[in-house]
Amino acid sequence: MLVRRGYEVIGPKLRDGAVVYGQLDSAGDLPAGWTDEQEAGQYRLKRREDQALFGYAVGPQSWKKYTHPAEVRLWAAERQNSTFRILNNEKKLEHPRAFLGVRACELAAIAVQDRVLLEDKYGDPIYGRNRSGAFIIAVQCTHAAATCFCASMGTGPKVSGGFDLVLTELLDAKGHRFLVAAGSDRGAEILKELTVVPATEEDRQTAAAAVEAAAKQQVRSINANGIKELLYDNFEHPRWDNVASRCLTCANCTMVCPTCFCTAVEDVTDISGDHAERWRRWDSCFTQNFSYIHGGSIRTSAKARYRQWMTHKLASWIDQFGTSGCVGCGRCITWCPAGIDITEEVRAIQEGGGNGNP
Amino acid sequence: METLERIIAEHPFFAGLDDDFTRLMVGCASNVRFKAGTYILKEGDLAEAFYLIRAGRVALEVRAPQRPIIISTLEVGDILGWSWLLSPFQWKFHARAVDEVRAIALDGKCLRTKCEENHDLGYEILKRFARIMEQRLDMTRFQLLDVYGARH
Amino acid sequence: MTATTMNDPMLPQPFLVCEVSKETPDTFTLRLDPQESNGVTGFQPGQFSMLWVYGVGELPISISGDPTLRDRLVYTVRSVGQATHSLVNQAVGSNVGVRGPFGVGWPVEVARGRDIIVVAGGIGLAPLRPVIYQVLQNRKDYGRLVILYGARSPRDLLYRKELAKWARSPETQVLVTVDYGGLSWRGHVGVVTTLFKYSRLHAARSVAMVCGPEIMMRFVIRELEVQGLSGDDIYLSMERNMKCAVGFCGHCQYGPHFICKDGPVFPYEQIRPLLEKHEL
Repeated sequence: MLVRRGYEVIGPKLRDGAVVYGQLDSAGDLPAGWTDEQEAGQYRLKRREDQALFGYAVGPQSWKKYTHPAEVRLWAAERQNSTFRILNNEKKLEHPRAFLGVRACELAAIAVQDRVLLEDKYGDPIYGRNRSGAFIIAVQCTHAAATCFCASMGTGPKVSGGFDLVLTELLDAKGHRFLVAAGSDRGAEILKELTVVPATEEDRQTAAAAVEAAAKQQVRSINANGIKELLYDNFEHPRWDNVASRCLTCANCTMVCPTCFCTAVEDVTDISGDHAERWRRWDSCFTQNFSYIHGGSIRTSAKARYRQWMTHKLASWIDQFGTSGCVGCGRCITWCPAGIDITEEVRAIQEGGGNGNP
Repeated sequence: METLERIIAEHPFFAGLDDDFTRLMVGCASNVRFKAGTYILKEGDLAEAFYLIRAGRVALEVRAPQRPIIISTLEVGDILGWSWLLSPFQWKFHARAVDEVRAIALDGKCLRTKCEENHDLGYEILKRFARIMEQRLDMTRFQLLDVYGARH
Repeated sequence: MTATTMNDPMLPQPFLVCEVSKETPDTFTLRLDPQESNGVTGFQPGQFSMLWVYGVGELPISISGDPTLRDRLVYTVRSVGQATHSLVNQAVGSNVGVRGPFGVGWPVEVARGRDIIVVAGGIGLAPLRPVIYQVLQNRKDYGRLVILYGARSPRDLLYRKELAKWARSPETQVLVTVDYGGLSWRGHVGVVTTLFKYSRLHAARSVAMVCGPEIMMRFVIRELEVQGLSGDDIYLSMERNMKCAVGFCGHCQYGPHFICKDGPVFPYEQIRPLLEKHEL
């Protein structure tokens, strides 16, 4: 129905052995009957015994693929004699987008990026364009992966706001059905056009219990009390050397993380030199040149770079933007080829004396 | 002599010395003057004195094949020379008066003898010179870093 | 979306290269005039622009001109690599893209009524020159002005004629030193910290603004504290990898601070714990 209304619907689909985000033409494109098994450095898809449409946790991609795209042309310029002219042809989206299947941790991540990219000293117009038109259909998680820890971060699995519609999938003896509620006027409007019946109290309770079960299912956690001071005070903690010996600085974690926002700009010209463009693409603080100033890079060791990422994500972010940068989605744990677990690294520093002593 | 005593007594370098010692200092002191361009002391010469600069600028130089290199300058209030204190009592650098320099020269040999006789005096002198050496060492290390060089 | 007081901060505005003058063998001063009526030329001392050379790349350069001259933007650039080399070799009459101004500048307002100590090392005098202009043009709003400047050698000294002129201003002391003197140099030889003992300053009345290589700034701050200044009255200009200048690309982070929008000028007290950290 959203397609009928002219929306381009983006949602989960199966590709290359993972659940990724892509364009959906119908509900048939959803990964029905699949679930995932995730662990540090591991991701597997497994068949479910039922045909649940959303019976899995999050995959390697996040919504920043669409709101904060990996490669964007910022502007083009034309050389005109001794001067140049900027051609700022803003590309408007052909169709407004609908994001189907946004989880609680992802809603939290979108809110975090809103704060960074829209609500600070300057606003990013590209993010603004991609973000403001998007129609968000959230989905409450009823299954948690072993790498999820949103409950301890206070970001889920229960969805609390920032959506147009929210679905909770129920699959039991009474049938395969969805609880749906509107979270905005836009959502309410769409809701009116759907064939719905008011939810029964029993169904409400079943739904709530299913989400609660997903929270209890989580085995990992971060105790975020005082974590800012903890990381600021432990700049020289020996654990950083320990994790540095395992970290490959491959930057996977920054690519899969839904809140990482760092980018690089690249100026390119065509062969004639008459046409120049500036492109923006994702960058990562794990790269050797990220901190380069004339004379050399500042953070050359893997230790300095891992420490930078984790301290920024969990501590500096709070000073910069008022919240943690981590939403507990667990992607960095799943997709790290060395299996480094951010929750374990935090615990090691918390328990290892916490004041720099091993 | 009276003026010398007052100058020495009031100079920060000698602050805290008791009157006996100050008088000892004065006993070894004299006013000196150097014309612009002349050398106050030369590398390799016997170090017999040190100087309290009262006016003018002094350049510490190293003799290099093509031309001398100035490694540091000293001005009013600075102390010039400590090699008189430690064996082999030889100057390591040239010191040239850039402008006309007026200074108080203190007889190093005389002072050394007095310090050997009176270790309390010796300790006071060594403390003060150690401070100067520390400052010059810090300054030299900073200079060596060549912070304005291209690769910083 | 937060409004900004300029054009789209992401788009370079074409500025005409009106003048390129040589300060030292590797340092040049460029004067850029706006091409279009909406070219912004107002700035706070200490702010910087992103200068874009068509087809080469973009660089963060501190604005080093007179903030009261609204018809131009002036930059002193040291040629250390491909991009800076390209920038200083722009011919008069060509165009350079300008974004900005960006950043938090020197505390010229807060320092009103106080003595000002400007300590600059090498190219660091360029971002401080607007402060000197500001003080000298509003002389009765400020107390004593002490300028301490150190460079590598006599031929690396910037703005020599202006330094002599500033020295003749009322209640102003200018002391210049070089790390390596030559035969014809009759001035100070020694690191910039040695100038403190020859300067006449009153710590309690003073605000210090320091700019130069990070090592130099650390030595200078130590000396300023020995002279009796408090950390709240010492300001420095920090440098990190800058790409977007608007706080989005993440490169310039220094601890929790974005150099491009929280700095580049910081009160020392705010970043004291960070300066000692290795590989931050």
